Amino acid sequence: MICTPTFGLMIRYLLKRLLSLCISLAVASLVIFTVIEIAPGDPASFMLGMNAQPETLAALRSELGLDVSKPARYLAWVGGLLQGDFGTSYTYRTPVSDMIAARLWVSMPLALYALGLSTLIAFPAGIYAAARRGKAGDVGVMGATQLGVAVPNFWFAMILVLIFAINLRWFAAGGFVGWEQGVLTGLHALTLPAIALALPQAAILARVMRSALLDVLGEDYMRTARAKGLTERQALWRHGLRNALIPVLTIIGLQFSFLLAGSIIIEQVFYLPGLGRLVFQSISARDLIVVESVVMLLVFSVILVNFLVDLAYAAVDPRLRARA
Amino acid sequence: MTLLSITNLSLAIHRFDILHDVTLSVDAGEIVAVTGESGSGKSMTALAAMQLLPKGTQARGHIMLGDQDLLALPESELCAIRGNDIGMVFQEPMTALNPVQTIGHQVAETIRIHDKTVSRQAAAKRAAETLERVGLPNDRFPLTRYPHELSGGQRQRVVIAMAIALRPRLLIADEPTTALDVTTQAQILDLLKSLARDDGMGLLMITHDLAVVADMADRIIVMRKGEIVEQGQTQSLLRTMRHPYTQMLFAASNHSVALPKAPPPQPLLTVENVSRDYALPRRTLFGKPGRFRAVDNVSFTLQRGERLGLVGESGCGKSTLTRALLGLEPVQSGSITLDGTAVFSGTKPNLDVRRKMQVVFQDPFGSFNPRHRVDRLISEPFHLLPAPPSGSARTDAIADALIAVGLSPDDATKYIHEFSGGQRQRIAIARALIIRPDLILFDEAVSALDVSVRAQILDLLAELCSAYDLTYLFISHDLTVVRTITDRVLVMKSGQIVEQGATAEVFDQPQHPYTQKLLAAAPRLPDL
Amino acid sequence: MNRNLILGALLTSVFLLSALVSFVWTPFSHTAMDIPNKLQGVGGAHLLGTDHFGRDILSMIMVGARTSIAVALVAVGIGMGLGVPLGLWAAAKRGSLVDEIIMRGNDLVFAFPSLVIAILITAIFGASAINAIIAIGIFNIPVFARITRGAALSLWEREFILAARVAGKSAARISVEHILPNVTNLLIVQGTIQFSLGILAEAGLSYVGLGAQPPTPSWGRMLADAQTMVSIAPHMALVPGFAIILTVLGLNLMGDGLRDALDPRLRVTRK
Repeated sequence: MICTPTFGLMIRYLLKRLLSLCISLAVASLVIFTVIEIAPGDPASFMLGMNAQPETLAALRSELGLDVSKPARYLAWVGGLLQGDFGTSYTYRTPVSDMIAARLWVSMPLALYALGLSTLIAFPAGIYAAARRGKAGDVGVMGATQLGVAVPNFWFAMILVLIFAINLRWFAAGGFVGWEQGVLTGLHALTLPAIALALPQAAILARVMRSALLDVLGEDYMRTARAKGLTERQALWRHGLRNALIPVLTIIGLQFSFLLAGSIIIEQVFYLPGLGRLVFQSISARDLIVVESVVMLLVFSVILVNFLVDLAYAAVDPRLRARA
Repeated sequence: MTLLSITNLSLAIHRFDILHDVTLSVDAGEIVAVTGESGSGKSMTALAAMQLLPKGTQARGHIMLGDQDLLALPESELCAIRGNDIGMVFQEPMTALNPVQTIGHQVAETIRIHDKTVSRQAAAKRAAETLERVGLPNDRFPLTRYPHELSGGQRQRVVIAMAIALRPRLLIADEPTTALDVTTQAQILDLLKSLARDDGMGLLMITHDLAVVADMADRIIVMRKGEIVEQGQTQSLLRTMRHPYTQMLFAASNHSVALPKAPPPQPLLTVENVSRDYALPRRTLFGKPGRFRAVDNVSFTLQRGERLGLVGESGCGKSTLTRALLGLEPVQSGSITLDGTAVFSGTKPNLDVRRKMQVVFQDPFGSFNPRHRVDRLISEPFHLLPAPPSGSARTDAIADALIAVGLSPDDATKYIHEFSGGQRQRIAIARALIIRPDLILFDEAVSALDVSVRAQILDLLAELCSAYDLTYLFISHDLTVVRTITDRVLVMKSGQIVEQGATAEVFDQPQHPYTQKLLAAAPRLPDL
Repeated sequence: MNRNLILGALLTSVFLLSALVSFVWTPFSHTAMDIPNKLQGVGGAHLLGTDHFGRDILSMIMVGARTSIAVALVAVGIGMGLGVPLGLWAAAKRGSLVDEIIMRGNDLVFAFPSLVIAILITAIFGASAINAIIAIGIFNIPVFARITRGAALSLWEREFILAARVAGKSAARISVEHILPNVTNLLIVQGTIQFSLGILAEAGLSYVGLGAQPPTPSWGRMLADAQTMVSIAPHMALVPGFAIILTVLGLNLMGDGLRDALDPRLRVTRK
């Protein structure tokens, strides 16, 4: 299947994307570092309070690495990030990486769970609506998605709690026991938050899926497929879907960043010990190094997902591999 | 033996009549051509035979394939017939193939969709044989190729392979060569002809090109506004031409204009050793990107008052050359001067020179800003003048230009969507005329028009060049048009001018092998 | 006329009107506490009930609409004001270094969801409605830059632009005279969509305390207050929730309606 020139171009495409990933990360880290540097006040004096001894202050400053020049600190920070060392929390005096790792085990599964749910709902809904365009089924699905797009996810979360936790008692109203109790227990606790996150995104995705399919249905090659003797449904599945996937992939990539941001808000509704809780606590405690690290991590994951989407493009569309 | 017989077919979409009482038939092994201008319903007739009409189309009458009435069959049985008993080839090979599937897969699909018992390997083998048959040998065009790796002509061969993979009884071809170059067109037409003869397949061919029709068809059907105006055996129909519309169509296709005599030579535009390169995408992992020389050391002189033609197939560099002449793109080397002044001063186009040169583009629908009125559209070149006319002088200039192209001064306040294709092309000419240039470039300016409209525009151009002392550079792939509207012609191939000379001489006694090939490939109307 | 446009315009104007009216009149003062009448249900003397301090919810909704509009509208303004010129510029210089830099910059900003920007800003300057505007506004810039560039790129290939170039017009002039008017419809539609997204984002930011601060009323904060009360006074959550949904729904319907109404398919379909 893979002939050499095409393979070379694919590698080229990959390398190019990888390079742009690295540049994005470097620039993003610089932006985040600079912004945090603008923040007034010295973390060391903030930590020690008003009456700190100058010697203690100086000692702490050197312990935190605050006594060197800004470029040196930036390099130290980035160097640490590359080795998984995010520095030491100003308030808790514990490694930031440990704090984040614990929280990541809540936020990341939640975002992925929601992404999965959203895709699982949106694809059939969008395909169904496109296949029955103009008919009652289409109008129904489109009406529902129009409403779904307008619902704020955290409000929807509150309503879910009201119905399924407080009234029906099928789920806990909040909190997270941890994965030690078993994967299913963990997933059970994340189900309401994931639904609250997923439904509004599913509404958007279903609309994109439908319109992408409708665009594709007007293409010449769909008529060619029908002329071969494919039924409308066969043409849609065999030729329409893969072509429609190209715009849909873009949206899925974008959605991940919305889901991650959304999960930070949703964690507040369900009192989940995720990155959201961590970041809001750190903001009020002015623990800027934690804020900095969490923000960098969020941005990193968005950039990484976009990189993966680029790779998925190349898998779906052979023209892209050739163009590179 | 009658294969397809359409009787009293009428079609309506919503309440618009598309076809009215169409009756025609195709025999096994026969080539029947349906011809007519846009809006004649010829493509709809083809889609009706395929039962692939747009949603909401109502049909009356009968479409009999053998003893089955396609209009009465349920969709599932129609699917079994499409691709198996009837194959179809479309106009746009560039978009007719699924871009994300290999050609082998797409050809094999025709086979597997109609016979599920055929294994993947067997279907692939038959796909390979079929591709071989349409002139895509497997060693050069393996099944794993994607459509974007093929040229337009090669893609059209794939579409044909898909249509004939199961050796259908009837093949319908809707403008199969309209999007292709003449030499490719000749090859595809030969292929279609031989497939019909070898397999005893009926071929229903839809085309606007009378020369193709005359060349190829056993029988001709002429349509206008959804009705058949005349049909008969090719030879007898062309000899008698009973219907005035058929006569008009024939005359317009062969239309020749009376050009005024060119004044004694005096150079206006001088092109010397012009080259233009483009960077190519890399072919290998670390290889250097190649360079593509679109225009290669081109030199020619255009005399004042002359009508010069520039012909060549797509990709020969004529569009690049046109852009360079207009000063829209810089050139790598060489010089372009108009009346002794360079088109480029440094890297910026020289507006004083540009003032003497205007252009008319191909697409009558794309060459106007839809949000502006005609007066604003055609007065845009005033921007080139140091002191553009204003007030009544401007209004008068606009009115003059509109009158000159056969429109009314009242048209100045209308929007472009209120005009037909031919009228838009007149407005484009008015826009070129308004600052009274010396030279007008016509970039495929009549290629998108129906033959009857094209004839009128050509007459207009002949009139204008004597009334306004104009010089023309006529860039076109259409040899018939270039033959009548030019005094001298340049033939371009792979960025170079391979032959130039007086139009009549080049057409009658081509010297360069490429010119000979080009002229031989162009379908010609028989002299009657 | 199309139904989406009418319904959407109707919902949107209800929301705009209530914000305007709130400057001169609200049923009660939106800050007046009335503890004896706290947690009143919908339909009494307080039409939409009262909250846990006995404040009139209808009045708070009306005043809160002002915050939502102001934040979302200014954020759209920032996005358009910076994004559209950037998009036009990138398209005019297509394929050049400028284009590359603008587009890579866009990608970079896209990697910062508005919530993340808000977190960064809040970490430094503290929370306020202004910071919410900036956060949402920055996020809007690449959205407008991208769609403007995309549409402008295809316009630059059209022959009428070529004709303008032949008439000697500069790229900047062509961008303003020919490109901009032909992308306006698209921008209006996208503007409506971003407006509605802005309202959702503002609500989210206020809900987590990164947006408007007391005493500035906002729908998101009303929901935050409602959270602990949701089992005893569900109307405290339902009323602001419906206000957001209806407003966003109205704007989205209007966007869809405008898309259909502004697309007259001027170009006759080609053969």
